Parts: sequence; structure tokens; C-alpha cells
Amino acid sequence: MRSLIDILDFSVEEIDVLIAAADKIIENPAEYAEKCRGKKLATLFYEPSTRTRLSFEAAMMELGGNVIGFSEAASSSAAKGESIADTARIISCYADIIAMRHPKEGAPLIAAKYASIPVINAGDGGHNHPTQTLTDLLTIAREKKRLSSLTVGLCGDLKFGRTVHSLICAMARYSDVKFVLISPDELKLPSYVKKDVLKKNNIPYLQTASLEEAMPELDILYMTRVQRERFFNEEDYLRLKDSYILDKNKLAGAKDDLIIMHPLPRVNEIDPSVDDDPRACYFRQANYGKYIRMALILKLLEIS
Amino acid sequence: MKIDSISNGIVIDHITAGRGMMLYELLGLDKLDCSVAIIKNVTSGKLSKKDIIKIDADIPINFDVIGYVDPGATVNVIKNEQIVEKRTIDIPEKLTNVITCKNPRCITTVEHGIDQIFKLVDRENKIYRCIYCEAKAK
Repeated sequence: MRSLIDILDFSVEEIDVLIAAADKIIENPAEYAEKCRGKKLATLFYEPSTRTRLSFEAAMMELGGNVIGFSEAASSSAAKGESIADTARIISCYADIIAMRHPKEGAPLIAAKYASIPVINAGDGGHNHPTQTLTDLLTIAREKKRLSSLTVGLCGDLKFGRTVHSLICAMARYSDVKFVLISPDELKLPSYVKKDVLKKNNIPYLQTASLEEAMPELDILYMTRVQRERFFNEEDYLRLKDSYILDKNKLAGAKDDLIIMHPLPRVNEIDPSVDDDPRACYFRQANYGKYIRMALILKLLEIS
Repeated sequence: MKIDSISNGIVIDHITAGRGMMLYELLGLDKLDCSVAIIKNVTSGKLSKKDIIKIDADIPINFDVIGYVDPGATVNVIKNEQIVEKRTIDIPEKLTNVITCKNPRCITTVEHGIDQIFKLVDRENKIYRCIYCEAKAK
């Protein structure tokens, strides 16, 4: 029995198989409509997350399965003080697979240790969110037709953005990938990610504060939000916030086959005028999230 | 200064000077009823100074604790005033319930009854990370 807690739990080969499975589902969804008939997904969401939870639920429903669960800790036994370990044991009696989101880092790993059914980490605080990374990889694979030989620009909050860290870890395993790290000084990629992932694997990277300068060489632009609360003073935030808002002008020097990604929700970091640009694929990316979760559920339930 | 030799027990030798007390605490030697001697700053040929711990009872020792605090230390098991076993210690790959995670966002701060587990991720720099949240051990 397998669980997915960290994206690195899966080998590159396993991810390739998962992406191929998601491709097949996209091509012929009707063929998968009954695959999970009689199976139940338990969505244990200890903190609210509309998109991830609905994406999991939609995925299970499109496979013909059912969904049980809760969407906030207050409406669960956690409010009475039940441990994650006990909850995992009990839910194993009622469901076939668990998707868990929890504000504390490492909670899904504990669930996986005590559950007798597969556990999917649907986000544990600022730590891991492997199904977002799988979504990102499927998006790149479908939109660029490859996961190697790519220049990936990561823009915005590279310090606290867990999706960025996970994507770097996942993409670093493919050949000929180069990263361009675009952020203000205050939000640079943490040195341990550079040391443990990029330098350790001899992955080329470039750090810059200018989105416009980086733009022409990018194959992928992955946008994240620069949040006001991350800055020590308001002045710095006001000075920098517009530098990392993508609009049509900043796209002037971009490649024709660039793809623009965003884990969503977007606030103001991508101007709505960009939405109609064919290179903007963040809404398609959200759709791919459902399909890769369908493929993941099938894999973990060992349904072919 | 004279410390009596022990008949049956354990001597932890070649402890880097200054780490004896930390070992004493992490090994839980304060909870023992038998005689325990911590000898600090002993002049040594191998190290310029070292600490030694003598335990006057044959108790189970968590070698991972010694490996974590001071992998250069040695453990001698004494029976009938003779050394019957001499062990050198390596840095452990995994630490279970030796140290606790200091990351306030880690699940171990709220989930009771689970083991605190750290994995060695960088042997050269002796860096351990919590298996739950991956925070570096402090």
C-alpha cells in the first residue's frame, strides 16, 4: 500500500506513468466514470481550502466513487481533542482512501503511519503540497510536451512559497532544466533549497530582481503572489509590489510558446488582461489538477 | 583526584571536554540509583582534554544518544573489573526520542504519544531533520 506525502515519494518513472494515465483520462473520461464505483474518498480538511478539496471531490466523483469528510477542524473530532493517529485508524474503517489537509507540518505523515488505507497529503501548512506539484508537472507535460530541456522562471515570493520549493525539487530530477529565480531581495529562494537541491545536483540557476530582463529566455513563467505581510515595512512592499505584477507590457519580450502558470488563487499578481493571452494556462492548470488527482486515486487504490 | 574503579558497569570514555553533562542528561543518568561519576577536563593523550562518565551498573545504553552528542566517544563494558567489550560509536542515521522538534508549526508539538524521529541528512556537517516537518535539529 502506498501513500503520497512528499512529491519525492514517487520516482520520475512513477510520475511519468501517472502523467500518462492522466492524459488517457483527459482523452476518454467516460471510460473512467465507473472505475471507483463503491469506493469512498475521505477528505479530512482541518483548515479550509476550497479549490483543493473540491478538486479531490470532483476527481473521485468523476471516477464514480463517493466522498465523505469534513472541511474544517471545528466540525471534526479534532475539536474534541482526538489525535491524528486515532482519526486515521477510525477513518480507515469507513473509507478506502484519505486526502488530508492540516495546518501542522507532518500531520499527513502521521496519518499514513496509522491508517490502513492510502493517505494523500493535500497540504500540510507551509511544508508540502505534492498534488499541486503533480498538477504543475502535468500542466508542463501537456502544454510544453516535455519535462526536460526547459528554462523555468519562478517569480514573486520564492522564500515562503511551498509550491515553488516542491516544483524545484521535482523539476531538478529532469535533464537540462534551468531555473531563473525572479524575486525581490526580501523574498529570495532560501539558501538551503539552493544548496540541497540546485547546487547539489549541479542545476544551473540565475537570480534576478527584474521580471522584464528574465522574460525573453523563459519557456515557463510560474507566478506567485508577493504578500504584503511578508515585508518588514510597508514602504518596501509598496516600492516592489508592482514589479512582480504580470501585465501585457511585461510580456512584450516573451517567447511565443511561453506558458504562464500560477497555483491560484490569484489576487493581483497577474493582470486580468493577460487571461485572454493563449500563453496564460493557469485556468487550464486548475483543470489538470482534477485529472492528475483522478490518476493518483486510481494508482493508490491499485485500480487499472 | 581519585575515582574508584568499577567492578561491573559502563565507562564512557574519550568524551569531548564539555559534553559530559549533555550526555549525562540525554542518557537519563540522573534517574539512576547507582553511582555515576562525571569526570570533567581529564588530561588525555588522544584529546588534549576529555570527559569521562563511569556508571556503576550494567544498564542498557542508548548508543544513538552517544553517537549524536559525541561520535568520538568510546564505551567500555566492565565485568569483574575487566573490560569485556569496547565499542566505538558512529553517527546514527536515525534518532528516536533523543531530541524534540523545535518548529512550532510541526505536528509533534500537538500530537501526543508519537515518537520524535530525526534523520541524518548531512553526515559531514552532522545535520539532522525532523521526519515530520523537515526542520533542522537545534
